[in-house]
Amino acid sequence: MSNPVLQVNDISMDFGGIRALDEIQLDVRQGEIAALIGPNGAGKTTFFNCITGIYTPTTGDVLVSPEGGAAKRINGMKPNLVTELGMARTFQNIRLFPSMTVLENVMIGTHCRTRSGLWGAVTRNRATRKEEADTIEKSFHLLELMNLEQYSNELACNLPYGKQRRLEIARALATGPFLLLLDEPAAGMNPQETMALKELVLDIRERFNISILLIEHDMKMVMSTSDRVFVLEYGRLIAHGTPKEVSENPAVIKAYLGEDEDV
Amino acid sequence: MSNVTKADTGASQNPVAFFLTAGCESFAESLRKSVLASLWFIFLTFPIMVIKVDTINKTIDWRWMNMAYIGIGTFVLSFVWRWALARKELTKEESTRENISEKMLDRISSNSYAKYGFLALFAAAAVVFPHAVGMYQTNIMISCLIYIVLGLGLNMVVGIAGLLHLGYVAFYAVGAYSYALLNMHYGIGFWTALPIGALFGVVFAVLLGLPVLRLRGDYLAIVTLGFGEIVRLVLENWGDVTMGPSGISGIDRPGFFGVKFGVMDSITYAYYIMLGLLIFTIFVINRLQNSRLGRALLALREDEIASQAMGIDRTKAKLLAFALGSCWAGLAGVVFAAKTTFINPASFTFWESAIVLSVVVIGGMGSIRGVIAGAVILVLMPEYLRAFSEFRMLVFGATMVLVMVFRPQGLISAKRKIYTYVKGKSATNE
Ligand SMILES: Nc1ncnc2c1ncn2[C@@H]1O[C@H](COP(=O)(O)OP(=O)(O)O)[C@@H](O)[C@H]1O
Ligand SMILES: [Mg+2]
Repeated sequence: MSNPVLQVNDISMDFGGIRALDEIQLDVRQGEIAALIGPNGAGKTTFFNCITGIYTPTTGDVLVSPEGGAAKRINGMKPNLVTELGMARTFQNIRLFPSMTVLENVMIGTHCRTRSGLWGAVTRNRATRKEEADTIEKSFHLLELMNLEQYSNELACNLPYGKQRRLEIARALATGPFLLLLDEPAAGMNPQETMALKELVLDIRERFNISILLIEHDMKMVMSTSDRVFVLEYGRLIAHGTPKEVSENPAVIKAYLGEDEDV
Repeated sequence: MSNVTKADTGASQNPVAFFLTAGCESFAESLRKSVLASLWFIFLTFPIMVIKVDTINKTIDWRWMNMAYIGIGTFVLSFVWRWALARKELTKEESTRENISEKMLDRISSNSYAKYGFLALFAAAAVVFPHAVGMYQTNIMISCLIYIVLGLGLNMVVGIAGLLHLGYVAFYAVGAYSYALLNMHYGIGFWTALPIGALFGVVFAVLLGLPVLRLRGDYLAIVTLGFGEIVRLVLENWGDVTMGPSGISGIDRPGFFGVKFGVMDSITYAYYIMLGLLIFTIFVINRLQNSRLGRALLALREDEIASQAMGIDRTKAKLLAFALGSCWAGLAGVVFAAKTTFINPASFTFWESAIVLSVVVIGGMGSIRGVIAGAVILVLMPEYLRAFSEFRMLVFGATMVLVMVFRPQGLISAKRKIYTYVKGKSATNE
């Protein structure tokens, strides 16, 4: 069994008197697609915010080990450094750069993998020109992969909802992550778009050889893509295991799946 | 059939037909509101415009004609205002929101032949300007150029990085005073002081920025406003160093390899220095805008959390924007001190910060052409409106309100660069 690329040990998050996360234990292994599910308000997005540096967890450890290397504790690290380490995320309520073009949005993603500074920008020396050309090429390739290349020069805010979600994924991939964190990527998509997204998520794992942690409400998508599923309720982890195990777990059925006839 | 098309095309010209088709506010409703507005104004202005007490003859003059003028004037203005607003609402839905001047600019810049022709014409006009007009006009144009450079510098902070900075003039003062003091005490010349002024601007920006830039929006605005005032108060009260409110006079004009100019020539010379500084500024900002760092600053303005999640160091990016903006304020300050040969704290009040901010907002945030247009309008308009004496500030204010109501994105809005990609190699054009 391969090393976990992300190991979260008993993290809790308190907002004033409210405990939004209560001693969550979770790990994601190399090349795995893991899903985090649970009713609205269970604390899934808060969990993402805790491991990407937007919040500092009250207690517990977040350890990452890119490429099976030595584990590094990242609690309280700034979000940009977490991204630089190789964890990239999307947002539940889409957060693109609305008045920049689609291509520029992806180009921003390469920021932490490029180096050119003020001097290079003003003189446009050879290194800067090369880096810029590489950035453009890489960004176009990512847009091609997402089937968005024909919108390259549109403003991001003019894209329809489903395409904005795909653009967010492209932008996250541009940061060169080993772990991709997707927060409800299918929210607001129609069934065809969701089907395409499912294929896309599987394709991304193969193509980039990365791990994915997915928050999702669409049970069909979760069950057909994930290797393991973690279930949150009221900030506590109530079950985890393979999709089959989880869907047969009585606590889960009671808390969450009971409402859903499909599964 | 022909009737229908006629009505359609007539709609945008004829206000009455326009109201009938607009549907957002009926013609009768507009009439009613305009009549109400004029009645209200007649009532408000009645005591001062109609009644006139003649204290010598102890009689009262009833100037009924004034009442009629005010009634009719208010009615017409209110009606035109409503018509313009309704028109704006209607055109908002259409995708072609750009005005004619913007379309023309686009056409010119998309055709490289026309673009370079236009630029050459502009450059020629700029070069012969001081010889074609008198000293007075040249002086005004130098102030205008200074404001363009200040506007472009502040644009980096407010327009591109989205940090509301209300104390920008403090860094302008830092530049001006560093040249004035260095010149007074050590006889340091203009060209040596120019980079030193810029450096002091940057140093002060970093010193202020480090503690303050973690604040956002309104809080940042208030702190920078306070900083601007503190700098001015220090300049006013620290008499031993800054000579207090009486200021520093006899500052050397810019030299040219030891050549001394007469007054007229030295103003022409200052004009060319400022022109060169402006070209340098445009060159740098233009390159910066579409670079890795420029995009990072823009991303910071668009969404702070997302930009951090994309690996942009928020503190570094904000400091960079702040320092770059202040660098240009420092440069402009040195030129200002050298041009006027006299500075005092009164030149660096909040009013100046407000004007520079207006230049950026009215011109168009993040747009170089917009900032130039904004500075030309806001600086030259009050100068040439001197004929209207006490009304000139009223006209000035009214213009600002009108621009903000009808073009909230500014006179010329920023355009994003278009990238094209050819398999195998990438090529770009603007
Ligand atoms: N910044 C915050 N301050 C206070 N409470 C918060 C904050 N962020 C999240 N919460 C609370 O944490 C709980 C979990 O929210 P969230 O993580 O968004 O749920 P989910 O993503 O699973 O729908 C909610 O009750 C929410 O009100
Ligand atoms: Mg959520």
